Amino acid sequence: MANEIDPVALQHLHDAVTAAKQAAQNAETYADQLAGSGHALSGGVIDPIIFRLAIFALAVVVGYYVVWSVKPALHTPLMSVTNAISSVIVVGALLSASVGVGAHGDPGAVAAKIFGFIALVLASVNIFGGFLVTERMLAMYKKKG
Amino acid sequence: MNANIAAVLYLVSGLLFIFALRGLSSPETSRRGNRAGMIGMAIAIITTLFYQPPAGGVSFLIIFAGIAIGGGIGAWRARTIQMTAMPQLVALFHALVGLAAVLVAAAALHAPRAFGLGSPIHTSSLVEMSLGAAIGALTFTGSVIAFLKLDGRMSGKPIMLPHRHLINIALGVLLLLFVIAFSTTANHIVFWAIAVVSFALGVLLIVPIGGADMPVVISMLNSYSGWAAVGIGFTLSNLALIITGALVGSSGAILSYIMCKGMNRSFISVILGGFGGEVAAPAPGAGGHVEDRPVKQGTPEEAAKLLKAAKLVIIVPGYGMAVAQAQHALREMADQIKKAGGEVKYAIHPVAGRMPGHMNVLLAEANVPYDEVFELEEINDDFKKADVAFVIGANDVTNPAAKTDPKSPIYGMPVLDVEDAKTVLFIKRGMGSGYAGVENELFFRPNTTMLFGDAKKVVESVLRAME
Repeated sequence: MANEIDPVALQHLHDAVTAAKQAAQNAETYADQLAGSGHALSGGVIDPIIFRLAIFALAVVVGYYVVWSVKPALHTPLMSVTNAISSVIVVGALLSASVGVGAHGDPGAVAAKIFGFIALVLASVNIFGGFLVTERMLAMYKKKG
Repeated sequence: MNANIAAVLYLVSGLLFIFALRGLSSPETSRRGNRAGMIGMAIAIITTLFYQPPAGGVSFLIIFAGIAIGGGIGAWRARTIQMTAMPQLVALFHALVGLAAVLVAAAALHAPRAFGLGSPIHTSSLVEMSLGAAIGALTFTGSVIAFLKLDGRMSGKPIMLPHRHLINIALGVLLLLFVIAFSTTANHIVFWAIAVVSFALGVLLIVPIGGADMPVVISMLNSYSGWAAVGIGFTLSNLALIITGALVGSSGAILSYIMCKGMNRSFISVILGGFGGEVAAPAPGAGGHVEDRPVKQGTPEEAAKLLKAAKLVIIVPGYGMAVAQAQHALREMADQIKKAGGEVKYAIHPVAGRMPGHMNVLLAEANVPYDEVFELEEINDDFKKADVAFVIGANDVTNPAAKTDPKSPIYGMPVLDVEDAKTVLFIKRGMGSGYAGVENELFFRPNTTMLFGDAKKVVESVLRAME
């Protein structure tokens, strides 16, 4: 019969489910214990600033090696291009120029918007000027013949 | 846009900036690198606009106008600037980054919520903000002074204030106190006090540094502008800014180190200032001290004969060549030497121009192929094989006293061994001393022939004699 279920098989299934549940519970405990020891190692939750610091430290190291590999003949373009990329500070300028002032003109927001606008103009001079003058210089470097 | 996606995109833009610098390891890949930088910048801007869209149409308009105004000015300067004026332009660009850092920090203080900062602002954010603003302010005024000096709008002479070290130390201590006060109170007035003190410090630090040390100063300010960006990057928790700031900061530091080594000066002594005065050497008979030891003086015709017969000519250009705008005539002269069957090489001293690599750009502009141009270490042994060393607009960097005379102020500075060449042709306006105010031993050597006159005119008359 189709509806008849073998009680032995059912029992096996039940055992299997129980075992799985037990395993999952154990795993949870293990994970908690692991996390606990992790916390113990790091003295609690790691502040995100540490990750930023890690990225900063690694970027300094990368910068050190990359810059030493730059040919001295290209040191002027190196300077103008570092100039251009440091104007990624434009991100901050955009955020402050985007601030909503509100119907009554919150004075803090108005000030931020003005500062942001000036910073945006300055950074844009640098972005366009820096990349374009680098491009112009690099186009001058030609091989013999 | 999701915050995580935005963070990943900022990371991508930071990586593209690393590729931009990496591309500069060879002239062939350099332009690809520059494009990578442009793409990185575009990604950073677009990400920001999508992640935190401007509030309303007016904001959009303001942003569009800001980019158009700034971009227009930047593109115009990039197109029209003379290559001899590159150091001034770069100094000005550093100033802009510095001021932008101050303004962004100020904006973050006034509208912390727009920057994802809590209200009241976290102490750590306040520290980052004040450091970014302080370094930015110092970079701004320092770079403006450097610009004025490089552009000749201000004397290149070091300006020595009485008790300047004491004043600087006092300002430094004051700055530190203000930073601590600001970090604990978030007081707006204290923030502006930090900015004002840093503005003053920037002026006082650069004013006593003389014209000869400008290559170090400009590299140092490059580094500062990077560290300012890092400060702001931490405030905004923005990966692109942190990575870029770190790259620029270390790049400028390395360049400062290379420039100091090229002059055999310690970084500290450069910062303390007071070295290297005016560019122009006194004209002969104009009252400057004129050596009475005899020198051998040649004519353009004799020089032309020597150059035509030479198998290897090494040209040693200095900033004087650029001032006289002699680089194009010089290239034509090199063409004539090649036509007569000789080989031409250019020897560049690390501090030949007014900023790192400046001379290479000037030669490249005059269509000198970059594989004919060599650095000091690469070429110094070749002078022994050279028939003629052609020194034009350079002086101190060829002075053998740097190797032999421990009493000389430039003793220990790496110099080009031009005296090893069979003949040295030395072009000079008159018998004056160089930048460092040091008499050049080289003039009195038996194998040195002096060609007196304006660098460009001398080269042109040699060129006519060769044709």
